[in-house]
Amino acid sequence: MNRMVPPPPTPSHVTEDGRAIGPVLMELRNITLRFGGVVAIKDISFDIREGEIRAIIGPNGAGKSSMLNVISGFYRPTEGEVWFEGARRPPMRPYKVARQGIARTFQNIALFSGMSTLDNIMTGRITRMRSSLLSQALWWGPAEREESAHREAVEKIIDFLEIQHIRKTPVGRLPYGLQKRVELGRALAAEPRLLLLDEPMAGMNVEEKEDMSRFILDVNDEFGTTIVLIEHDMGVVMDLSDRVVVMDYGRKIGDGPPEEVRASKDVIDAYLGVAHD
Amino acid sequence: MFYREAGDFKTSYRDDSQTFPIGFDRYRYYAVLVLAFAVVPFVIDDYWASAIFVPFLIYAIAAIGLNILVGYCGQLSLGTGGFMAVGAYACYKLMTAFPDLNIVVCILGGGLVTAAVGVLFGLPSLRIKGFYLAVATLAAQFFLVWLFNKVPWFYNYSASGQISAPARSVFGLPVTGPGVEAWAQYMICLVFAVVLAWAARNLTRGTVGRSWMAIRDMDIAAEIIGVNPLKAKLTAFAVSSFYIGIAGALFFAVYLGAVEVGEAFGIQKSFLILFMIIIGGLGSIFGSFAGAAFLVLLPVLLKNVLVGTLGWPTDLTAHVQLMIVGALIIGFLIAEPHGLAQLWRIGKEKLRLWPFPH
Repeated sequence: MNRMVPPPPTPSHVTEDGRAIGPVLMELRNITLRFGGVVAIKDISFDIREGEIRAIIGPNGAGKSSMLNVISGFYRPTEGEVWFEGARRPPMRPYKVARQGIARTFQNIALFSGMSTLDNIMTGRITRMRSSLLSQALWWGPAEREESAHREAVEKIIDFLEIQHIRKTPVGRLPYGLQKRVELGRALAAEPRLLLLDEPMAGMNVEEKEDMSRFILDVNDEFGTTIVLIEHDMGVVMDLSDRVVVMDYGRKIGDGPPEEVRASKDVIDAYLGVAHD
Repeated sequence: MFYREAGDFKTSYRDDSQTFPIGFDRYRYYAVLVLAFAVVPFVIDDYWASAIFVPFLIYAIAAIGLNILVGYCGQLSLGTGGFMAVGAYACYKLMTAFPDLNIVVCILGGGLVTAAVGVLFGLPSLRIKGFYLAVATLAAQFFLVWLFNKVPWFYNYSASGQISAPARSVFGLPVTGPGVEAWAQYMICLVFAVVLAWAARNLTRGTVGRSWMAIRDMDIAAEIIGVNPLKAKLTAFAVSSFYIGIAGALFFAVYLGAVEVGEAFGIQKSFLILFMIIIGGLGSIFGSFAGAAFLVLLPVLLKNVLVGTLGWPTDLTAHVQLMIVGALIIGFLIAEPHGLAQLWRIGKEKLRLWPFPH
């Protein structure tokens, strides 16, 4: 196979609920990730299409978060290639990956605890800020206009996530569920093409999970954002996602629509264990 | 009763993001400015200028500078004294090499040179953090002081090894050299302090400030959402050193007039300014002023009370002062790491609701 050729265009289609699934946005080819002797990811390939919600599931330690870290540029794969928007992505620093339009949230909340909700979400727009140091120091002209324009965009996200009341509260003081929401807001502020969510519902009660699921669906629906989601709650995964990748011990053991994956013997074995008789 | 947001509606994002959103605060701030510009210069005498106001303003500038680096960007520095020396010597070299150059330009030039030196010594911050970075900046402190002592070119080969500021004036008003009026010294420091504090406030509430704070609070997350750590850390070092350099230039040219580097810009100065921002409040412009005021006023107050009124010996008073400062720093670090500025904020929160508890 000639690896320098971009992936062939895949036909677009429309889902049952009327969302348009476009061509391949990102393709991971034969990704292997080793830390010394430990193999975290072993020769995994899959693709992510524009507009879809792609879930990555698997038991603890399967390598799901490592996979997300490879996509967001935090880990450099030992072997394999990442293709984004039809071009092979050279190894680059995470902040440059962010500039390409990939945003993420973290499994353990990684908000800037000393800053307010508003400032946290404003920081998410940093890839779009252009004004010079001097004009910012004077708070005049371009810097002031830029600040107000971005504030307007951020206020839309604050409205969307229904967190108006905590706009000026330092995020360190917020309860867990709201912090998760602010973190989603910070990722959304970048207006990403690809949004990576690492266990957005971990540690939430049923009500908070329902809220978060609604936000994820709305983000996908209203902004057309492609979403990659790691989640442990099978009910949520099966309801939300269009396609699911299943990982176990760093290997891919399943890939396809939720119903298909759920019926797969390998997946059932990985989750429930295999009877040895 | 006047300290309320009620009825003060913000109709634009510009209004909403202003520094003093509460009307009462705003007017109090204008009142302080009027007092500082229109009243103090007419009543100030030599003692008040040289014991309190001039050092307070200069240390406030240095504290704002260090606060940008430590309080906002989270990069610990112990090289403040060395960077102040760079500002002082750069200013001195500019003043003597270009006698026609305006003193304000020389002071700003001192700041710019210090910014460049600060970026140079900030480079290790890209690799090392915390205590290790503090030690690297400590190396800067000792190296710079050694350099200005060893290389005679810096002090123009003067026999004493000191540098002394030639007489210069702004708008025909002498501000450096012998026989300068107290109020002229005060005014030039005040103008620098007000303008620089205002610029620091603008920087810290905007994009640059947010990227600094993001690096401080969680550097990995900051990089993943798109903050360039190299740019954020080096701009923090540059801006911080610019402020500290200007403080050093003013300290030398306007305040002391003649300087011996090890004495004026030694490691004690680095610690003094670090204590100012710890007591005043990390990550706060007001805190920089509060901390500077506190540590400038405390010795004066103790001297007046203990030596003047109670008749204690001077050396005992000096020791008592060290003990008080040490105890306060431990106390603040344990009880209120955000310093006087946080106490001030809590006070304002309470005042907003007064006389009701909630």
